[in-house]
Amino acid sequence: MHIVVCIKQVPDSAQIRVHPVTNTIMRQGVPAIVNPYDLFSLEEALRLKDIHGGRVTVITMGPPQAEAALRKCISFGADEAILVTDRAFAGADTLATSYALATAIAQIAKDQAVDMVFCGKQTIDGDTAQVGPGIAKRMDMQLLTYVSQVDSLDITSRTVQVQRRAEGGVQVLTTRLPCLVTMLEGTNEMRFATMDNMFRAARYQLKVWDRVAAGIEDVSKIGLKGSPTVVSKVFAPQAKTQRAEIIDSESGEPRDLALTLISKLFTQHPAMSEAVVKQSA
Amino acid sequence: MAEKFDAIVVGAGPSGNAAAYTLAKSGLKVLQLERGEYPGSKNVQGAILYSDALERIIPDFREDAPLERHIIEQRMWVLDDESFVGTHYRSDEFNKPPYNRYTIIRAQFDKWFSQKAQEAGALLLCETTVSDLIMDGDRVVGVQTDRLGGSVHADIVILADGVNSVLARKAGFRPELNPGDVALAVKEIHFMPEETIQSRFNISGESGVVIEMVGKITKGMMGTGFLYTNKESLTIGVGCMLSDFKKQKVSPNQLLEEMKNHPSIKPLIEGGEMKEYAAHLIPEGGYKAIPQIYGEGWMIVGDSGMFVNAVHREGSNLAMTTGRIAAETIIELAEKQKPFSARNLAAYREKLDASFVMKDLKKYRNMPGIFHRNPQFFTTYPELVNQAAHTMIKVDGIDKKTKEREIRNSFTHRRSLFGLMGDAFKMWRAFE
Ligand SMILES: Cc1cc2nc3c(=O)[nH]c(=O)nc-3n(C[C@H](O)[C@H](O)[C@H](O)COP(=O)(O)OP(=O)(O)OC[C@H]3O[C@@H](n4cnc5c(N)ncnc54)[C@H](O)[C@@H]3O)c2cc1C
Ligand SMILES: Cc1cc2nc3c(=O)[nH]c(=O)nc-3n(C[C@H](O)[C@H](O)[C@H](O)COP(=O)(O)OP(=O)(O)OC[C@H]3O[C@@H](n4cnc5c(N)ncnc54)[C@H](O)[C@@H]3O)c2cc1C
Repeated sequence: MHIVVCIKQVPDSAQIRVHPVTNTIMRQGVPAIVNPYDLFSLEEALRLKDIHGGRVTVITMGPPQAEAALRKCISFGADEAILVTDRAFAGADTLATSYALATAIAQIAKDQAVDMVFCGKQTIDGDTAQVGPGIAKRMDMQLLTYVSQVDSLDITSRTVQVQRRAEGGVQVLTTRLPCLVTMLEGTNEMRFATMDNMFRAARYQLKVWDRVAAGIEDVSKIGLKGSPTVVSKVFAPQAKTQRAEIIDSESGEPRDLALTLISKLFTQHPAMSEAVVKQSA
Repeated sequence: MAEKFDAIVVGAGPSGNAAAYTLAKSGLKVLQLERGEYPGSKNVQGAILYSDALERIIPDFREDAPLERHIIEQRMWVLDDESFVGTHYRSDEFNKPPYNRYTIIRAQFDKWFSQKAQEAGALLLCETTVSDLIMDGDRVVGVQTDRLGGSVHADIVILADGVNSVLARKAGFRPELNPGDVALAVKEIHFMPEETIQSRFNISGESGVVIEMVGKITKGMMGTGFLYTNKESLTIGVGCMLSDFKKQKVSPNQLLEEMKNHPSIKPLIEGGEMKEYAAHLIPEGGYKAIPQIYGEGWMIVGDSGMFVNAVHREGSNLAMTTGRIAAETIIELAEKQKPFSARNLAAYREKLDASFVMKDLKKYRNMPGIFHRNPQFFTTYPELVNQAAHTMIKVDGIDKKTKEREIRNSFTHRRSLFGLMGDAFKMWRAFE
């Protein structure tokens, strides 16, 4: 088994502040963390490795500081870590990001075939949830999104069964390898790194790939050039000004108050009134 | 299977970083363990950095250390409820490099210092708490951490784990903390635009101002308040003896809230946005509270050894100096291939005795006791001094001679002549 886990280093949104004067986001001094969703996918991958053996490789595309995020993943038990970093990647949107990552994963596969790729459902800074599906499409892999748990994996028949959270319930899905899974949050708990893995992480020599090492030839597909998305405007939404209404009745009796409230609700929402009448009939 | 190092340093505050840096630079194999998410993540300080102590470790620290403002003006305020009497000392000498004192933000500073220690070769593991010392008879031979497979061995273990030092207490190297020997301090960082700070404090560029305060802000408890200027923020805080908080049943943040509303302080911090709130203990027992600081295979540095000069608000510099001198002692022994026995490590204490660290602490050894027994220094006197200033300055048709008599009477009325002379003598003894 060879599993690749895609992780992204993101600013700890809990600690981001808005500059009170300029109203811009102050990123300086905000600690960087591993995108929280990605830790659930790393843990799920490590559990598969615990059962079936094999290798877990983590990969990120980002600036040199992203090294810290990769090292953290090594401390949790990942075997290898690759930092894909190049000025040419700057300004990438999800199209360009998934292209670069898919190409880099194909490069990893040259060393050892990749059976599964794990992504987080989404990031806490970009929130698009597009990168995982983008990679799967480009690599022609089966795609399982919103996964809450990997139930089983059969290496001989090369099939995997997962639980997928969907509207109205949980779907149990089976597919064949290779496949890409995007994990939901809160589905497992990251292990506490052992002392040996802490030492290994502190001393680990990261693999750093630039564009060429990652196997990317077409520069028009990466970075700003490969990014058709344009962010035309960023604004903070206006707070809704819905005022509370104080309901009163002549007598002030609880029963009268309740009746006044119900008649107000029914006047504003006729459908609700009809439904209630139908139900009671 | 446990790894073996020459030295293990517990903690990545100023004392631990000074020790780890000095040891690693000399080529020793050093492991540093820090329980916080990153160095400085849990650490609290005012914070004023005294250049001298750091210069002796990293002479060119100014090139890349995260420094806020160099201090050119020191204000000392004695506060009453409505007013303050103060001295301001400002000198252009302090505005010429190399600067003597800086304000810093510890989270950033500790990260930088730790980075230097790592570059020098120390191996740092964060989010790793040392839970016990590993003993071989009466010798410390390593540490046990909270992680699976977490024991690590070393020839010497340096405890740089701060004022609480659970480890030193557990091992019996130090007694339980006495509430009369520690202060509890709270502080806040308020964000404020650079230009506002500059105009409010009459400074330009990266120069800064420090205000130290005593008086009724501490409600009769032994303690002080402070307000420091950073690049784009102000630090404001107050600290009192833990035993006093217990006795007076005042909460520290209530004290800080009231201090922020003092009519002389409020306009200085107005419009700021609170960014951070922190509380921490400060060891203030002084010379008499210093425990045994070395033994078979172990040493104690920094706050863990109670090395704080409360009178001059010096702590981080003593932490760095004790860390450096501990490391130098180890290096000398290692060079001569001598074991790290209590007998050989006694050189550490001797070096400290000969340095400013012990000399200063010894000078003020009676201070904590005197202030403990005489709360009038924090209540009656600030009030009287402020009243005197008010009486002299107010123009109201009363002749100056009568005013002088009034002031004199107010002092002897509140505190007998005998008491006044006694207090003067006590102060002289404390500072002698
Ligand atoms: C015009 C434009 C310019 C931009 N310029 C920049 C820029 O200069 N710098 C910048 O940082 N961002 C930039 N962005 C944001 C950037 O598009 C996204 O951060 C990035 O494409 C990933 O999208 P996302 O964060 O929504 O990830 P999602 O799709 O929400 O992430 C899902 C999962 O994909 C994986 N994943 C996502 N990103 C990475 C990655 N980089 N490496 C490994 N795995 C990953 C993770 O497993 C993650 O959990 C720009 C966006 C636009 C539209
Ligand atoms: C409000 C306030 C204002 C102050 N102002 C000033 C000032 O202006 N100037 C000045 O010089 N000093 C000042 N001080 C004092 C100064 O902060 C301390 O003296 C200094 O921080 C001591 O450094 P240290 O390295 O000994 O301890 P600390 O800075 O406390 O560092 C100890 C480290 O050890 C770690 N640790 C603890 N236990 C363990 C364990 N079991 N395993 C692993 N790691 C552990 C902690 O996480 C921490 O990082 C102030 C203190 C306070 C509270």
